[in-house]
Amino acid sequence: MNFLPYLVSAWLFLIGLYGVVTSRNLVHLCICVGVIQSSSYVLLLAIGYRIGCPAPIFIDIKPGTPAVDPVVQALILTDIVVEVTVMALLLALAVQIHKRNGTLDPNLLHAMKG
Amino acid sequence: MTPLQIFILLFVAAGGTGVVLTRDPASQAIVVSFYGFLLSILFFVFQAPDVALSQIVVGAVALPLMILLALARVKKQQREHDKSR
Amino acid sequence: MTRAARKILFLISALLLACVFWLGYSQMQPAGFVSGEYGDRVNQLVVPQRHITDAVTAVNFDIRGFDTLGEEFILFTSVMGVVLLMRWRKEPLRGDHEDKAEDRRVPPPSDAVRVTSVLLVPATVLFGVYMVTHGQLTPGGGFQGGVILATAPLLLYLAGTFGQFHQVAPLRMVAFAEAVGAATYIFIGGACLALGGTFLQNLLPLGQVGSLTSGGIVPLIDLGVGLEVSGGIVLALLAFLEELVEEKEE
Repeated sequence: MNFLPYLVSAWLFLIGLYGVVTSRNLVHLCICVGVIQSSSYVLLLAIGYRIGCPAPIFIDIKPGTPAVDPVVQALILTDIVVEVTVMALLLALAVQIHKRNGTLDPNLLHAMKG
Repeated sequence: MTPLQIFILLFVAAGGTGVVLTRDPASQAIVVSFYGFLLSILFFVFQAPDVALSQIVVGAVALPLMILLALARVKKQQREHDKSR
Repeated sequence: MTRAARKILFLISALLLACVFWLGYSQMQPAGFVSGEYGDRVNQLVVPQRHITDAVTAVNFDIRGFDTLGEEFILFTSVMGVVLLMRWRKEPLRGDHEDKAEDRRVPPPSDAVRVTSVLLVPATVLFGVYMVTHGQLTPGGGFQGGVILATAPLLLYLAGTFGQFHQVAPLRMVAFAEAVGAATYIFIGGACLALGGTFLQNLLPLGQVGSLTSGGIVPLIDLGVGLEVSGGIVLALLAFLEELVEEKEE
C-alpha cells in the first residue's frame, strides 16, 4: 500500500500521454499536458511525505519537531503557478494555429496549406 | 498510509482518467476544475497546505478560465472563417 | 499512419514505459519512509537561524531564493509570449462596450451576480493582501496571494462590462505593475550584493519570530512576487479578452 502514490503518478503520466497521442482537438491536447504535469506533483509529494508527521509550519507546533519535507513542497508550489501561465501560452498558440488553418484537429493540420 | 489517503489517491487517478476521456473541451473545463479541487484535497491530506492553497486558486479558477476564453476566441474565429468562405 | 496503427504503437511503448517505471519504483523506498537529510536539516534550522515559521516560504525565498527568481521569470516570459501572440488594439477602448456575438443574445448580468461580485471584491483583495504579507508566518506567500489578487478584477468583469474591467485594470498600469514586481526581486538581490554580501543573501535584521517583519528580505520579496504574479495573470486575461469585444454601435 505504501507504493500506491508512485503507481498513481505513473498511471496519470501514461493516461495523459494517451490523451496527447489520440487527441482530436488542440485544446484537449493542452489539458492532457496539464494532467501529465500533475503526475509529477503527486510523485514529488509522495517523496517528501513522512508518516505521522505534521506540516512544516512551526507557528503552532514546537520548532524542532519532525515534520514533512519542505524542500519538495517549495518545488511543487512554484511549479503550479508557472503551469497556468505556460498553459496560457500553449492555448494562445492553439488559437493562432486555428486562425491560420481554420481547424483545431491535429490530424488535419498538415493538409490545409495556403 | 491512512484509508483517507488511499481513497483520495484512487479518486485522483479516476479524476485524471475522466479529464482525458472527456473529448469536448468546453465540458472538459468543468472536469478540470473538479480535478484541481481533488488534487488540492490530496495535497492537504498529505500535509502540504501551501501547495493545496496554490492548487485551489490555480487549478479551480485560473485554468478553466483560460480554457474557456481560448474556446470563445476559437468560436469567434470559426464564425469569421465560415463567413469569409 | 492510420489512427489504429498509432494507437497500437502507443500501447506498445506505454507498456515499455510502464516496465521502466516499475523497475525504477521497486528500487525506491516506500512512500512515507523516504529519508531526506536536507529537509530534516532545514526543518531544524529554519526557526532559530532565519526567524521564519513557514519552512516552505523560507526555502522558496531565502534558502533557495535564486531558483525562485528563475521560476518567476519563466512566468514573466510566458505572459510576454501570450501578449505577443494575441493581436492588440492600437487605440485604447473608450466608453462602454459589450461582448457581441452575432447569433447569440448575451443577457446582461443579473442583479444577483452583480451584488455578489461587488460584495466579494473587497473580501478577495483583503484576503490576497493578507496572504502576500503573511507569507513567512502561515501558509501563503507571494505566488498564492498574487493569484488571489488577480481574481478580483475578474469578478468585476463578470459583474459588469469589459469597458469597466478595462477602466479598473488598464493595460499600462498592469504591465507596469508586473514589471515593477519582477524588477524588485533583482534589485533586492543587487542591493544585498552592493552592501557587501552575496546575491540575495539575507542581510536585513531578522526581527522577532512570529512578527510581520521577521525574516529579513523575505517580506519584501513576497510583495514583489505578489505584484508580479497578479499583474502577469491579469495581463494574460486582458490579452485573451481583447479580441472578444466589439464596439457598441452608437
